[in-house]
Amino acid sequence: MSILVTPQTKILVQGITGSFGARHTQLSLAYGSQVVAGVTPGKGGQQFENRVPIFDTVAEAARATGATVSAIFVPPPFAADAILEAVDADLDLAVCITEGIPVNDMVKIKRAMQGRRTRLIGPNCPGLVTPGTGPDSHGGCRIGIAPGYIHKAGHIGVVSRSGTLTYEAVWQLTSRGVGQSTCVGIGGDPVNGTSHLDIIKLFNEDPDTHGIIMIGEIGGSAEEEAAEWIKAHCRKPVAGFIAGATAPPGRRMGHAGAIVSGGKGTAAAKIAAFQDAGIGIAATPSEMADTLLRMM
Amino acid sequence: MNIHEYQAKQLLAQYGVAVPAGDVCASAADARTIADKIFATGEKMVVVKSQIHAGGRGKGTFKSGFQGGVKLCRTADDVFAKAEAMLGQVLVTKQTGPEGRLVSKLLVAAAPHIKKELYLAVLLDRASSRPIVMVSTEGGVDIEEVAAHTPEKIVKETIDPAVGMMPYQARKLAAALGLTGDLINPAAKLLLGVYKTWWESDAAMVEINPLCIVTGADGKDTLVAVDAKIGLDDNALYRHKNIQEMRDLAEEAPLEIEASKFNLNYIKLEGNIACLVNGAGLAMATMDIIQYFGGNPANFLDVGGGASREQVTAAFKIILSDPNVKGILVNIFGGIMDCNVIATGIVAAVRETGLSIPLVVRLEGNNVQAGKTTLRESGLTIISGDSMADAAKLVVQAVGK
Repeated sequence: MSILVTPQTKILVQGITGSFGARHTQLSLAYGSQVVAGVTPGKGGQQFENRVPIFDTVAEAARATGATVSAIFVPPPFAADAILEAVDADLDLAVCITEGIPVNDMVKIKRAMQGRRTRLIGPNCPGLVTPGTGPDSHGGCRIGIAPGYIHKAGHIGVVSRSGTLTYEAVWQLTSRGVGQSTCVGIGGDPVNGTSHLDIIKLFNEDPDTHGIIMIGEIGGSAEEEAAEWIKAHCRKPVAGFIAGATAPPGRRMGHAGAIVSGGKGTAAAKIAAFQDAGIGIAATPSEMADTLLRMM
Repeated sequence: MNIHEYQAKQLLAQYGVAVPAGDVCASAADARTIADKIFATGEKMVVVKSQIHAGGRGKGTFKSGFQGGVKLCRTADDVFAKAEAMLGQVLVTKQTGPEGRLVSKLLVAAAPHIKKELYLAVLLDRASSRPIVMVSTEGGVDIEEVAAHTPEKIVKETIDPAVGMMPYQARKLAAALGLTGDLINPAAKLLLGVYKTWWESDAAMVEINPLCIVTGADGKDTLVAVDAKIGLDDNALYRHKNIQEMRDLAEEAPLEIEASKFNLNYIKLEGNIACLVNGAGLAMATMDIIQYFGGNPANFLDVGGGASREQVTAAFKIILSDPNVKGILVNIFGGIMDCNVIATGIVAAVRETGLSIPLVVRLEGNNVQAGKTTLRESGLTIISGDSMADAAKLVVQAVGK
């Protein structure tokens, strides 16, 4: 019925007492997600909002509450440590929302995570949502900062590097009465834990996902790699959009990874790869949902 | 963040990378003093190099008519004359655009006899999430050309971040560059130094082009970094006070500096339809859709997730200080943010700036009806667009009129 997380998934929040982490923990609780623990070193034994116990370490929080997934809201200088603490606790999934982590920290983290069981999503990402079946998709699993109410439980998988562009696609689907299995924001940094392709493979294996929207942007070659795999292996219709066709080369467009450099990572090359793979191309971001629905 | 060539060479020298003897200066008199010292060591030639962030300096032209931003000189008097011709003048190269860049600093350095030009760079390989060190025997030319026509002449070595670059990897690359005998060990030391500069400075890219085999005054061959370019990872600047001090605001667009004060991400473009958007992906997509419907975006502007009233007002002021702007498209997907708060901010900003050009607003998300009502009842001529496509068409029409 979804990938990575279900409405029953137990979540812990690293950085639960910071203003950003606290605000989004409240929103996740209001959405009906199972936030069962928080971690702030030095505040162990306290309660968040009189309902969520706080622990000093991730290992303790996971042991005491059965949490298997962490949402990470700690500031950039401490994010590398926070991610590796979640890995050390053998969680299934760490979702790092933090924007602005130095690239070399991520290079070290990815190396240190090799052979470990934890999957990382992000950093610099909106997180993921598996919508619930209540009103405005209440009762789903919301990890991160996406607005919950725009979702609807259903069968379309959405994967994107960008936050607001994901919401745009989700809202187009929901407005047309079409629900989503899981919506994943993999983040806009040049080094991230999970790629477009990783998520596409999971959607391909998920019997409850019937179609996929993949949103990419300039920079790197992750979209091309995903397209190549889709061409050979994907059994489900995929529609896509690539942002940044008008971006000037050599300039970073907001996201640290969104840059055309040395003639690499252009929108044109990505769109050509999508075309070659039989991925439906939305000519404008307004047509992401319609492009997929026409293929189904 | 980018830094000047002389700053890049200072960083490299700290890690033991050989660079030609020289110094930076801001006056022709100082240029002569530096040149005198270099000639006194027995060097036959000195080079005077304009310090701007753009490439193509050697083939550039000053607005004064003086040709070339990089000049070789045989005497200190000539260094003085060339420095006088360059300082305080605007240099136009293929990378600066027609407006050019003001040259206010010069690097004056020894120009030893070059036997061979090579290429060396360290950068992140996104596909493997690891650093790579890249070399080529084809130095002194555009590496993109080499990659396109003779990719076999580029040799790469992937670095394991757990151990860093190992000496054997440096020797492998030195061998790939055709270096032998007495040059192998100095080359390995230089390669390791360049990699260390990249890693410890949190650089996005270090490029030495050309890396040269030169014949010294004593007749012996050595390797030196004749040119150097370093770009830094902005996210890591907080832990490098020394590099922060290398920032040169004169090299940045004034509007982009102003925007950064309000945590706005603004990049000026050439078109006439300004856009104000929340989120980088949506901002790029908004530029794209303007072009799709026949318009030209004037900027990239991401106000971030929280867009306060102050930020929206600052964003309007920045947009409006670009004289090319003939219309504005505001595209907000207010997921968590209340659309009515944003609408109130837009109305206040329009009043405060006395906006007189067409404004199209597309709001979607949380409390959107109240937001639209606020815009409608403001008495201002704000055009409302329902979808992104709708809004983009409306603003292109309004500007085209």
